[in-house]
Amino acid sequence: MSARAAATTDTGSRTAGTAQVTVLRRLLSQRGTALALAAVALLVLVALAAPLITWLTGGSPTAFHGEAVDPALGGLPRGTAGGVSAEHWLGVEPVNGRDVLARVVYGARVSLLIAVLATAVSTLLGTALGLLAGFLGGWADTLIGRLMDLLMSFPSLIFMIALISAAPGADRRLLLIMVLGLFGWPYIGRIVRGQAMVLARGEFVAAARVLGASRRTLLLREVLPNLTGPVLVVATMSIPACIATEAGLSFLGVGVQPPTPSWGQMIASAVPWYASDPAYFLIPGVLLFVTVLAFNVLGDAVRDALDPRSKPR
Amino acid sequence: MTLLTVRDLTVDFASGVRAVAGLDLDLAAGQVLGVVGESGSGKSVTSLAVLGLLPRDARVGGEVRFDGRELTRLDQRALRRLRGNRIAMVFQDPLSCLNPYYPVAFQIAEAYRAHHRAGRKAAHRVAVRMLERVGIPEAERRARSYPHEFSGGMRQRVMIAMALCLEPDLLIADEPTTALDVTVQAQILDLLRELRRETGTAIMLITHDMGVVAGLADQVVVMRDGRAVERGAVHDVFHRPRQPYTRGLLACVPRIDGPLPRRLPTLAEQT
Amino acid sequence: MIRYLLRRLAVTAAILVVICAATFAIFYLMPADPAQGACGKACSPERLATIRATLGLDRSPFGQFGDYLGGILSGRTYGSGATAVQCPFPCLGFSFQTNQPVWEMLTGRLPVSISIAVGAAALWLFVGVTAGVVSALRRGSLWDRAAMTAALGGVSLPIYFTALVLQYLLVVQLNVLPYPTAVRLTEDPVGWAQSMVMPWITLAMLYAGVYARVTRSEMLESLGRNYVRTARAKGLSEVTVVRRHALRPALMPIVTIFGMDLGALLGGALITESVFGLPGVGKLAADAIASADQPVILGVTLFAASFVVLANLAVDLGYAALDPRVRAVG
Repeated sequence: MSARAAATTDTGSRTAGTAQVTVLRRLLSQRGTALALAAVALLVLVALAAPLITWLTGGSPTAFHGEAVDPALGGLPRGTAGGVSAEHWLGVEPVNGRDVLARVVYGARVSLLIAVLATAVSTLLGTALGLLAGFLGGWADTLIGRLMDLLMSFPSLIFMIALISAAPGADRRLLLIMVLGLFGWPYIGRIVRGQAMVLARGEFVAAARVLGASRRTLLLREVLPNLTGPVLVVATMSIPACIATEAGLSFLGVGVQPPTPSWGQMIASAVPWYASDPAYFLIPGVLLFVTVLAFNVLGDAVRDALDPRSKPR
Repeated sequence: MTLLTVRDLTVDFASGVRAVAGLDLDLAAGQVLGVVGESGSGKSVTSLAVLGLLPRDARVGGEVRFDGRELTRLDQRALRRLRGNRIAMVFQDPLSCLNPYYPVAFQIAEAYRAHHRAGRKAAHRVAVRMLERVGIPEAERRARSYPHEFSGGMRQRVMIAMALCLEPDLLIADEPTTALDVTVQAQILDLLRELRRETGTAIMLITHDMGVVAGLADQVVVMRDGRAVERGAVHDVFHRPRQPYTRGLLACVPRIDGPLPRRLPTLAEQT
Repeated sequence: MIRYLLRRLAVTAAILVVICAATFAIFYLMPADPAQGACGKACSPERLATIRATLGLDRSPFGQFGDYLGGILSGRTYGSGATAVQCPFPCLGFSFQTNQPVWEMLTGRLPVSISIAVGAAALWLFVGVTAGVVSALRRGSLWDRAAMTAALGGVSLPIYFTALVLQYLLVVQLNVLPYPTAVRLTEDPVGWAQSMVMPWITLAMLYAGVYARVTRSEMLESLGRNYVRTARAKGLSEVTVVRRHALRPALMPIVTIFGMDLGALLGGALITESVFGLPGVGKLAADAIASADQPVILGVTLFAASFVVLANLAVDLGYAALDPRVRAVG
């Protein structure tokens, strides 16, 4: 009897404030998650402090260093591991000799900025439209639902390329954010729609309705706060997807344009050199992998922590 | 002759919950034992413990002796040969307990073939015969239907056909009528009574409903918090309940011949 | 069932027309000039005007879209007289850079894309589903944790990075494989397999991770179902319980994503084909983007979209065939 009573109070009387603390504690209690969180924090720090770092190391992401490469070898960096030296800690690019460290930290800036803003766009669009579809139902639901189905059945990579390459001259970064947001929102919208449908029929919404709350109040006060959990999970998952896609597009030559650096673009320019200068593709590649992995671990952890069904492992 | 003897059974879960705390049961061959209690009293866990079907994080202690063999110490292979063959089970919610991807006759034939050397066709014939026996109209045609194409009562008939196709010595029926409409409940109870008369199968009938026990059982055990609080012949327990808890359970059964209560009493008020 | 089929076919056709219109709108209404693209870098105003007239770019947008749809359904002729260019059915446009109908270019490249997609799909389906099933059965074990860590790593791997690492290790350092080249299966099966190994592994590492994760969670869910308990209570062997009663329902969502993924890959593995230089549909797209050959980009987009939409249709029909409950509703 006492065991059952304890179980009921444990799940029954948990307030919002302690729930947040519990989630955070759950996140930090796992070694992998804590590590991922640290990696993400470090990455954000590096991206924010990019000018400071390049000032410290004395490199610039766009300055050419002809003396660091060997024209006799077709422009291969002088020295070992892609031209590592006191001036260039991670070596230099082949041919024009730009500092790899400087390009990598500025590239982190670009990748993160695009991924976060694209996720913001898709989260906003997805939440707003998903909420409308799930809460209003009827023709709004049909229209938005069909639109989501359509967008999700597009071969998005080719379509993004088509869109971007059809708009020359525009700011690529802005374009990437819009395109990634445009193709990303249905994934958030679908989940919000499902949750909103359940919530709209929920008892506490019915209670609020009986008390005379307006539709607007219902949406903003009753339904929206209950969606933060699932939206947070999908948004966390969307960031690594955006980073990977942005890098992929830059790799294919329709992403960020030089001289602005991006990891995908660095790997693309390293392709002709992969056999003679492997460090050049390994550095941005490993960073990209670690970043995406860290965000994915974090996304999984947030999902597990917010899902009351899953037990902490 | 005693068919099933349970002595000092305990079941603990990894979460620290003790679901069964020292339970004794005795069931003679051909008898019907009613195990009654409210939800959470440990009766379903007991039935799963007998068959060794509890989740892996459950620890079972005590003795479960069936036909002279100690089940808690049996290995999976030997246990598997008993399941379905000598001890069969009918569960509460027939829709979720039948696999939606296979026709009902297949699921019955599958149980038969697990214990008999029989071809597909022969097993199918057994299944159809069992469906006829539990009162499915047009059994030959309905045999190829899927669970979702049946009504709740018909699904439970399928479950019973599946359980009885191997002529087990013991049938454990865990809340067999709870998920069903009232009129259908009566039909299923009639069917169980009839089949028991024909086959002589012993039944362990698990339910929260004293009314169900009254109509079918010989002996009754009342469970609360994983322990037996009262036991005896059905007639005695019903007419002279010793425990206030049992009186509470009895008062929850609306009676056609009794005075009409204003509101059904809850157990908390009674105990 | 027939009515369901017809309705799904109608929806599929409608989606294809919408995709066609959207793609068309992007290319022909945006600032990029297809005539300029067709003309190349050194281009005189006269030649530009001729191409404009030949392509029908002087017509209204709706007229142009009509021409395009008509071309797909019955072929079309660009220009007139001696300089007329025939583009037979199904005309997805004509590349003036290569002087070929887009459809011919696509079908010529398709076998490579099919080789890559089908081989990789077989690999990742086997590895991913097996790993997921074993993980679910031994939940919490060392194997489970190792497999799920590997799966998460696989999911996080950028394809072009995997491709470069593989190529560097297997070709440059260890010398166990030749550089991938286009080899026909019918002419040189061994060479074909050798050139396909790296693309297969590259794609399979990513997708196997996804499938292992999905399979594990679906298996855990289906293993907890009541009918699995019933199957055990019947005295079925554990192998039968897992295979027949737990795996079958768990495979349903996997069928869905598998159809979509395979469909998307058949329409060209853009990055993989580019990195390994294999002349598939994806490489065609990448090259067309590089040289701004707009009719080809438009054609590939439509072609790939058709694969995705048709895969969608196949998945729905497959679902109806596999799940008796869906069958009853249709």
